[in-house]
Amino acid sequence: MRIIRWLLGLIVLLSAFVFSWFNPFCSLLEWQSLFLKRGFFVLFLCGLLCLWRIIRGPTPADRAVAIDILGILILGFCAILGIPTGRDWYIDIGIAWALQSFISTLALAKYIEGRDFDE
Amino acid sequence: MRKSHIILFIFLILMWLFVTWPTDLQHLIVGILVCGFVSFMIGDMFVKRPHVFKHLSRYLWFLYYIPLFIWECIKANLDVAYRVAHPDLPINPGIVKVKTDLKSDTALTFLANSITLTPGTMSVDIDAEKGYLYIHWINVKDKDIHKATEIIVARFEKILKRIFD
Amino acid sequence: MNEIIGYIFIGIGLAFDFFGCLGLIRLPDVYNRLQASTKCVTLGTCSILFGLFLFKGFTASGIKALLCILFIILTAPVSAHALSRGAHSSGVKLWDKSVCDMYAEDKKYKA
Repeated sequence: MRIIRWLLGLIVLLSAFVFSWFNPFCSLLEWQSLFLKRGFFVLFLCGLLCLWRIIRGPTPADRAVAIDILGILILGFCAILGIPTGRDWYIDIGIAWALQSFISTLALAKYIEGRDFDE
Repeated sequence: MRKSHIILFIFLILMWLFVTWPTDLQHLIVGILVCGFVSFMIGDMFVKRPHVFKHLSRYLWFLYYIPLFIWECIKANLDVAYRVAHPDLPINPGIVKVKTDLKSDTALTFLANSITLTPGTMSVDIDAEKGYLYIHWINVKDKDIHKATEIIVARFEKILKRIFD
Repeated sequence: MNEIIGYIFIGIGLAFDFFGCLGLIRLPDVYNRLQASTKCVTLGTCSILFGLFLFKGFTASGIKALLCILFIILTAPVSAHALSRGAHSSGVKLWDKSVCDMYAEDKKYKA
């Protein structure tokens, strides 16, 4: 019974993954031009999984982990966004976001640990 | 101007050239002024042993270390993907203690980062005085200190000792 | 040719990102989640950035993508380390079926 539940869940997730990425009802030339735009949906799905962990996390440490991972995912989002639009400054936003996310994660870790900030 | 100031200046100017890649003259002048000021102020806080940078063999060992690290990283990712997608979740976690011989801060930082990105292990805390590392291991094979040291730390420690110590 | 290799790298990176976030959902406690998601998301995002570098070549944004790869590889393990130490000292328990916890024993002995 448990195996059947696991298989159903895996099939639903993998089909969401694959159908958001490859559209089977278009020609090959169109597929190449749509590849990156469909890649956004995969990152969007990953972001939704992180949000699920932020909402449901039993301890504060779980939420901090999910926030950290979401920050790195947004850097990948910025990197992909630079290719089809042809604008170079998206990667600058990515660098700034990664720096900010790193520092905020360190501050959150100190806060969870229960120490003061000046140590 | 001592040696540590010059080494920090070289690192900073390389970083500045990467950030403003098609460099023109104005960017270069501003970069040299700011990097010179910063390295003059805080040079001897970051680089404490400038004689380390003279040996050529350290750079060669570092070049050998990079592909080894990337290969271990790819193996770690395939391992995690297998464990996550398996229906029974084949994990057996625990925190073990290993011993290391490295002394300097840079070497310990690189060792902890390498352990975090290689298959199944993540460093939790460092006891720098006695040389112990506490490691969360997703599939504990052995609880003993010496055998865990052989499995986890030994392959990186040999190389990192030649690079940083 | 470069663009096709870039597409392949971006596809591999997206797949690893997906597996990392799946591990964030399925695994039982904080330390296992931190381990799976840090490894997979770090290498996945590095692969996406390398694909961007193959698209752009040695232009401004390509060089910045390489710098981003270096930055992520240096900082993601440090934040994982800080979070796990903070979680352990704030009293988050390990999973019920985990084997041993030498860190808690040593801390009890020291205090």
